[in-house]
Amino acid sequence: MGLLSLAIWTPIAFGVVLLALGRDDQAPMVRWIALVGAVVGLAVTVPLYTGFKLGTPALQFVEKAPWIENFNIHYHLGVDGISLWLILLTAFINVVVIVASWESITTRVNQYMGAFLILSGLMIGVFSAQDAMLFYVFFEATLIPMYLIIGIWGGPNKIYAAFKFFLYTLLGSLLMLVALIYLYTVSGGSFALADWYQLPLSGTAQTLLFFAFFAAFAVKVPMWPVHTWLPDVHVEAPTGGSAVLAAIMLKLGAYGFLRFSLPILPDASHEWAWLMIALSLVAVIYVGLVAMVQQDMKKLVAYSSVAHMGFVTLGFFVFSDLGVSGGIVQMVAHGFVSAAMFLGIGVLYDRVHSREIADYGGVVNTMPKFAAFALLFTMANCGLPGTAGFVGEWMVILAAVKANFWIGLLAASALIFGAAYSLWMYKRVYLGAVGNDNVKNLVDLNAREFVVMAVLAVAVLFMGVYPKPFTDVMDASVADLLRHVAVSKLPR
Amino acid sequence: MSTTLSASTLLAVPMAPLIGAALAGILGTTFGGNVIGRRASHTLTILGVLIAFILSAMTLKSVALDGARFNETLYTWMVVGGLKMEIGFLVDGLTAMMMVVVTFVSLMVHLYTIGYMEEDAGYNRFFAYISLFTFSMLMLVMSNNLLQLFFGWEAVGLVSYLLIGFWFNKPTAIFANMKAFLVNRVGDFGFILGIGLIVAYAGTLNYTEVFAKGPELGKLGFPGTDWLLVTVICICLFIGAMGKSAQFPLHVWLPDSMEGPTPISALIHAATMVTAGIFMVARMSPLFELSDTALNFIMVIGAITALFMGFLGIIQNDIKRIVAYSTLSQLGYMTVALGASAYSVAVFHLMTHAFFKALLFLAAGSVIMGLHHNQDIRWMGAVRKYMPITWITSLLGTLALIGTPLFSGFYSKDSIIEAVHFSNLPASGFAYFAVLAGVFVTSFYSFRLYFLVFHGKERYDQNPDTHHDDHGHHDNHGHESKPHESPWVVTVPLVLLAIPSVVIGFMTIQPMLFGEFFNDAIFVNAAAHPAMATFAEEFHGALSMAAHSLYTLPLYLALAGAVSAWYMYLINPAVPAAIGRALRPLVVVLENKYYMDWFNENVLAKGARGLGIGLWKGGDRGVIEGGVVNASWKLVGLVSGVVRKAQTGYLYHYALMMIVGVLLFMTYFVWLAK
Repeated sequence: MGLLSLAIWTPIAFGVVLLALGRDDQAPMVRWIALVGAVVGLAVTVPLYTGFKLGTPALQFVEKAPWIENFNIHYHLGVDGISLWLILLTAFINVVVIVASWESITTRVNQYMGAFLILSGLMIGVFSAQDAMLFYVFFEATLIPMYLIIGIWGGPNKIYAAFKFFLYTLLGSLLMLVALIYLYTVSGGSFALADWYQLPLSGTAQTLLFFAFFAAFAVKVPMWPVHTWLPDVHVEAPTGGSAVLAAIMLKLGAYGFLRFSLPILPDASHEWAWLMIALSLVAVIYVGLVAMVQQDMKKLVAYSSVAHMGFVTLGFFVFSDLGVSGGIVQMVAHGFVSAAMFLGIGVLYDRVHSREIADYGGVVNTMPKFAAFALLFTMANCGLPGTAGFVGEWMVILAAVKANFWIGLLAASALIFGAAYSLWMYKRVYLGAVGNDNVKNLVDLNAREFVVMAVLAVAVLFMGVYPKPFTDVMDASVADLLRHVAVSKLPR
Repeated sequence: MSTTLSASTLLAVPMAPLIGAALAGILGTTFGGNVIGRRASHTLTILGVLIAFILSAMTLKSVALDGARFNETLYTWMVVGGLKMEIGFLVDGLTAMMMVVVTFVSLMVHLYTIGYMEEDAGYNRFFAYISLFTFSMLMLVMSNNLLQLFFGWEAVGLVSYLLIGFWFNKPTAIFANMKAFLVNRVGDFGFILGIGLIVAYAGTLNYTEVFAKGPELGKLGFPGTDWLLVTVICICLFIGAMGKSAQFPLHVWLPDSMEGPTPISALIHAATMVTAGIFMVARMSPLFELSDTALNFIMVIGAITALFMGFLGIIQNDIKRIVAYSTLSQLGYMTVALGASAYSVAVFHLMTHAFFKALLFLAAGSVIMGLHHNQDIRWMGAVRKYMPITWITSLLGTLALIGTPLFSGFYSKDSIIEAVHFSNLPASGFAYFAVLAGVFVTSFYSFRLYFLVFHGKERYDQNPDTHHDDHGHHDNHGHESKPHESPWVVTVPLVLLAIPSVVIGFMTIQPMLFGEFFNDAIFVNAAAHPAMATFAEEFHGALSMAAHSLYTLPLYLALAGAVSAWYMYLINPAVPAAIGRALRPLVVVLENKYYMDWFNENVLAKGARGLGIGLWKGGDRGVIEGGVVNASWKLVGLVSGVVRKAQTGYLYHYALMMIVGVLLFMTYFVWLAK
């Protein structure tokens, strides 16, 4: 069994065991087993990084075996510079989320932990699949555990939210399935992505396929205007669900653009780049303004996620090294920062059971340690240099200015909007005199919560101060992707 | 390139304060469990800054005397698509001077803080912040590239945010710090675009490499327009400077920043951070020299700031706010000098101003302490009797500020006026008027403050608002007692700052403006912008410059300002009230600070919020959710409602449908499909 298979199936195996065996009276043991599963799952991804060969765009750690031979479908895994950090991020966030949910989940603990473990394995599967059908299966399968997480452990309106989440994303990916089958047919019966990258396609076909993929991926990112499911789902989802949704699941869509739309449909990608850039800028500005006026902390962070993901898609569609790498860096950075933001809200919610900004005020007086972490993450959220949040935004803004000054100008407005909604929330929640008795009775972070926050803080600072390990890995793959995108695939 | 400077020594300069900050900030606060106490915190941080100061002074010595230079990369931040982003140091005359100014003022402020913050619960946190600030500022000035410059730029902004909101239970403070951060972000917005254009067209972030490409860039046009590319670059960069150096119209955050404790007003909001914009433009002089449009723009903005912010200083009653408006006005002077291509003069004024303005702020803080946290100059008076050291040092600082011959401020300010006078740019006419008029205004508000605080009658018991205090949460001296002189930790920094405030201009004008000190740091295209060259011909030594001033206008304008203040506030206090009544509409405009805060809060902030609510409720909820999504939802419901009618669950219904279907099929195949 290869490393990638181990990375996928270790957490899934632990999850299945928990589902089969765990009961609520054994919750403490369930939590420990889940943690062991997550940590082992993280540990097996480490050799992927240490053994990763720099300077080559070739797939590494490849595994290939026939799966459904009648349709030429393979169990084909591999990792390159684009997916490597996303896999590590997934395994890392899984550990963080399991520790963070330690005490806040008390019912059906085994199912909850099992769902997260399985979800983590499936998402790593998405990032490593090199066969389109395998990708599709993993991509769709991730919906099930997340649907359950929201539907079972969610807030008062959880059923509505779970359905909304499921239907939105499922409807999008149905069109992708059509696209996959079409590509299978015209490629003469292959689901291998590598084959599709070489496939000549007419302009019309490319445009149709582009929008079919767009439907699947744009909903997932989510891009404006198909983003409205995200805030509704976040408010109802349990803390851990929100963290994984924001940190990893949104990246599945953005990753799809890089794996499918750009290399398979280079001409359509160029032709429709203006639309993608426009939608990304709308996400940055419109959604930034909407984030500013939210009353609910989770909604605010959800909208800010949409704005930050706008940078990802913007970076991809300016077609430059700096832009595409910036987009990927932004994905990883947003993984750390958004997870931290949602877990921070969870810390408050566990104590006060409210997400309304107005129910807080002066938290720094009673929770100084927590407020210090929250300040760091808030600053990372508005892209302060030295934090992870800066790196991707900086790269994408530079790339956008290079592509067109006015695009850069609109993108850079995020500097102002991002700071406005982040700091205004920080001011209303944390600063000021103690707002009410709930705040007065708050107890600062316990050791477990402190560790969760500290681990994320270290990640956020490390990435901000020394992003080279992140970009070095990407360089060759991004350059290769761009070479690919530059070559027309229209039949001559 | 001389190599007498070693990378490790230079690295130690910013690292020493950073380590101090980390120790005090983590171990000395609740965050790390209060492991170390107050004495340890201030000792560690002061030690860090002291090391930084000594090493900076040694660096300055090798740079100035041995001609040492340093320009090396320390580590690579990232490399993407051939673009290297690095962290590295460039040390030349400009950097070395800034390093010494920053570390010296910081050291004084650290020392002063021991006395000023003595009663504050956040004592250790405060030391951690100001040491962190020192680190950030040093990284900013020592950078050899635009990335690190931007790092330092935002980092000092962060610390400024933390320190303005230091008393986080005070509503005005946490409003002011957010305002400061956001207004600065508007500047940074321009700044990052300028950097982006440089990267796009020069393909590098390194200063030396950018400047090497300067002439090439100078020939390019901005796509889609008939503007010069460098004009757009320079104006974008300068917008960054307008935010950080509080130039009109992005100046609005600086007066409010006075909500923070006084030591940081001296360190950050007078001496160092706010001068980062001036420093940056001087550093980028090879680019700014390529665009007359940008230089004109800079001069106009600077002139507006210099004069109109000075007016506001006249009507303020809060001692710190007067000094703050004075800082704005002086920053305007520096900016005017930049516009006149007199970069060295701007930096020279930056240096002298750092000393005397830090002095004035710290003296103001000393007065505030002595008067039990009263900041309103209307309820002061005769303080000289009780606080002699504060009084004398304040007087020296004031004399330096108004440009008294032989004092440091005289040399730098008169040089600015001369440079503008000799400038050949169209904007120099207005700028010359503004800086001349500014001399009178500066002198007037400075001496108004001086006379009301240190002379006249004691008015301590007339204060109707006894809780107008700086700290907000402690005030346990009792109000009946007389003012008292501050402890030595406060007065020693005052004295140490007073010395350079008096002598530094006389000593350094020759090498800094006309010598070779800045030769390889600042570039002036003398053919196109001859102001400095002409000025150099007129200059015959520091003493003769002072003597010559007796025949020039600025000296008499300053004198007139001082005399009017003396007459109006000591001799005949009825006059200002009468003037106020006569010019009521004007006073109202000034009291409302030209309505700029009103505009920002009611038009920009409320507008953005309104737009956000509109887009949220109208766009997201209304059109997207209410319209499109629910319409499809309803359509599905409608269709399924119709279809459901067929699915009754009765077997005979299905059987009937089947028969009908079979009949239809048969009809089709038998008759129609032939």
